[in-house]
Amino acid sequence: MSRKMPEVPAASLADIAFMLLIFFLVTTTMDVDSGLERRLPQWAEEQLDEEVDVKERNVFVVLVNRNNDLLVENEWTNISELREKAKEFMANPADDVNLPEKEPKEIPFFGEVMVTKGVISLSNDLNTKYGTYIAVQNELVAAINELRDELAKSKFQKPYNELETEQQDAIRDIYPSRISEAEPKKRN
Amino acid sequence: MSKFRKSGNKELPPISTASLPDIVFMLLFFFMVTTTMREVTLNVKIKLPTATELSKLEKKSLVSYIYIGEPLKQWQTKYGVAPRIQLDDQFANVSDIGNFVIAEREARDEAERPMMITSLKVDENTKMGIVADVKQELRKAAALHINYSSRKK
Repeated sequence: MSRKMPEVPAASLADIAFMLLIFFLVTTTMDVDSGLERRLPQWAEEQLDEEVDVKERNVFVVLVNRNNDLLVENEWTNISELREKAKEFMANPADDVNLPEKEPKEIPFFGEVMVTKGVISLSNDLNTKYGTYIAVQNELVAAINELRDELAKSKFQKPYNELETEQQDAIRDIYPSRISEAEPKKRN
Repeated sequence: MSKFRKSGNKELPPISTASLPDIVFMLLFFFMVTTTMREVTLNVKIKLPTATELSKLEKKSLVSYIYIGEPLKQWQTKYGVAPRIQLDDQFANVSDIGNFVIAEREARDEAERPMMITSLKVDENTKMGIVADVKQELRKAAALHINYSSRKK
């Protein structure tokens, strides 16, 4: 009974581990998937004409044509200027009559605030390049994010994404992300 | 005389390799934990567009992918060079998306279904026409939460 068990050789352990390691190295993809998050509108059998009851001053029209050119509020625009224009439209700091109306709204933390009624309307051609479309979307989302961030910093002295959920909700109520997309035109 | 006498022709002792398996196992666990398996073999060429306002896809298990791009070289004789849709491992048509979404939804738990995200991996040179068709199909299938996959600028 006092006989010793022979020791299990551990020399090949490293080889086995190496084999597994190489397998995982090869099958691994390290990149985290990220992208622009959007919500599509509900599908309705009869497409409603929403444009009818929205005043013209409340709509920020962005058109992208087949040559990837931008027409913003009837002006040729470079994509680098789009962000500033969208910010000015959504904020309307000087209550310009050509920029969107505001309506008073009760919001936690802020009390009664004038909230913009502005809507961004984006439409593109069927031949627009996807890269351009994403660039435009990115600028519009960036404009709203920057406005939210500025407001968060002036009110809570913190960037938007470090706030509590209720505070974020309040700021989201003041600067809603209202980007509506028209279906691309079938005609050329 | 001196303390540090050169010890003539004494042989170097062999380095012990006993800890090698431990080191390798450590590496192995690191890769096992950080790994995500490749989901599909791509049949289309995709160069993602760049953007700055990115949000991460947190739970991989809730994401279903739709790929759109030019078919790879070996498929071009069969499918041409016009951008095509790829679902799972095969080429698909716009009309297949409804069924794909339903199948993806069936594969998840009831509780997780409302949190599902569809990730669109589209080549940046694709025309919007095909993307718009896909979006319409997603709306019809009520898969409204989407993510335009893009790279950090």
